[in-house]
Amino acid sequence: MERLEVKKLHHHFGFTEILRDINFTLEKGKVLSIVGPSGGGKTTLLHLCAGLLDVEEGSVENSFISSSFAFQEGRLLPWKNVIDNIALGLLAKGEKTAVAVEKSKKIALRFGLEEEDFNKFPKDLSGGMKQRVSFARALVVEPSLLFLDEPFSALDIGLKKELQTVLIEMTAQKEISILFITHDLMEAIRLSDEILLLKADPGHIVKRFSYELPQNERDNKYVYNESAKILQDEEIINTFELELK
Amino acid sequence: MKFAFKILKDFPGYLWSGWGSIAAIFLFIALWDVGNQLYGNLVLPSPLETFKTLWLMLNDSEVITEINITLYRAAVGFGISLALGSVLGLLAGFFVTASMMSRPIVTILVGMPPIAWIVLAMIWFGMGDETVIFTVIVASFPIVFVGALQGTRTLDGDLKEMADSFNLPWHMKFVDVYFPHIFSYIFPAWVSGLGMAWKIVIMAELLATSDGMGASLAVARSQLDTPTALAIVVIMIGSLMFMEYIILEPIKREVELWRD
Ligand SMILES: Nc1ncnc2c1ncn2[C@@H]1O[C@H](COP(=O)(O)OP(=O)(O)OP(=O)(O)O)[C@@H](O)[C@H]1O
Ligand SMILES: [Mg+2]
Repeated sequence: MERLEVKKLHHHFGFTEILRDINFTLEKGKVLSIVGPSGGGKTTLLHLCAGLLDVEEGSVENSFISSSFAFQEGRLLPWKNVIDNIALGLLAKGEKTAVAVEKSKKIALRFGLEEEDFNKFPKDLSGGMKQRVSFARALVVEPSLLFLDEPFSALDIGLKKELQTVLIEMTAQKEISILFITHDLMEAIRLSDEILLLKADPGHIVKRFSYELPQNERDNKYVYNESAKILQDEEIINTFELELK
Repeated sequence: MKFAFKILKDFPGYLWSGWGSIAAIFLFIALWDVGNQLYGNLVLPSPLETFKTLWLMLNDSEVITEINITLYRAAVGFGISLALGSVLGLLAGFFVTASMMSRPIVTILVGMPPIAWIVLAMIWFGMGDETVIFTVIVASFPIVFVGALQGTRTLDGDLKEMADSFNLPWHMKFVDVYFPHIFSYIFPAWVSGLGMAWKIVIMAELLATSDGMGASLAVARSQLDTPTALAIVVIMIGSLMFMEYIILEPIKREVELWRD
């Protein structure tokens, strides 16, 4: 069985402790979200899980056969146009150029990019378009495990919902497992099987929430209800320092 | 291939955008003519006379030989700078210690006036090809070297990380991630290195050899043959402009479309 297992993970940058005693397991076909305040170490945790940073203390065991990463800041190649950027991962896997371009075009259209944008360079794209290109680049390689670092933060509600639907369809068919970072509690509730609440200074997990109802059966009402519940949680209030007067 | 085609396709449009520059050149020639009318033929021959002399020179096989000699020296010198500067610059860029150690050396090379190099080279190599080629190399090498060094030092770590996350094979990493960035630094350095080489070759020839365009310039000076001197200057500037605006600039535009 493919899984990602994180045990007793600690991390420091210099003398600053960034992460303390992180433990969780992501099973195949599941979505695990990490929510928490800015600067709490979420990106660091994701990089450790993806092997982009070296693990200093504790262990990360990843037995998924393939994975890909959508970065918070996009990280597109500035000298490649939209389609060539999306096709990058496919070409790296050894896909033929014609096939890679075909697949890239298809996914770009599905993500609401238009034919006339295909030849644009990243400098001519809006923030949301860059995010969609980066997301498409990660998804088009059909990874078994997907690392998403706030992939929808610059999108409007409509687009956000559309892309969330794409992910929900894929998880419903158990095609993909996702480690997901977001600021948006409602988004996390809509998509996740489990939510980890990461509190800052140093980053440590203070609470876990599990959701049993399958994602494609969660309607707006369910999401609103669960959000309302979660927003009254003592830990959530402390973590985000919400003032409810 | 696709690229070469695109450069050719965009070429007419590029030329069309050059009207302003052509107008500026004509304005310059007009001012030159005013200067001629004010100061007389000996000090500043008219543009017409200069271009007539130029025409005669270009039809003279001896002059062509001189030009070829100069071209050869500039090409060899610049070619060596290009190869050496690019390779060493890249290597130095990839190793922190090497780039720190190379900085003072570059400062010395850049700071030393070319004329001093010519004097030293004359002592070391005597009067001839070696002196000129050596001077061209020491003058243009640091420019290329610094360009390559900076290109490598400024590679984006985030993009490297991205490339690793997609398991890019090494050749894709080089072609798709490193090369375009390095090229955007190294290519302008090549262009200014070439300009430098072309200027220095004439200067070195003027002082240290008996053939080549620089030597012809020296002869023209001793005979107070101002039209010939100016014609040589026109050849130098004309060939530089040709290289820069007709060959290099269109390439640069195409290669750097992605830049802001
Ligand atoms: N390479 C690094 N070197 C030193 N410190 C770093 C480095 N990367 C991140 N940090 C520090 O680690 C802490 C956590 O950063 P991280 O990017 O993981 O936060 P985050 O939870 O993803 O925040 P956000 O929600 O704003 O993206 C921050 O205090 C940051 O300054
Ligand atoms: Mg982050």
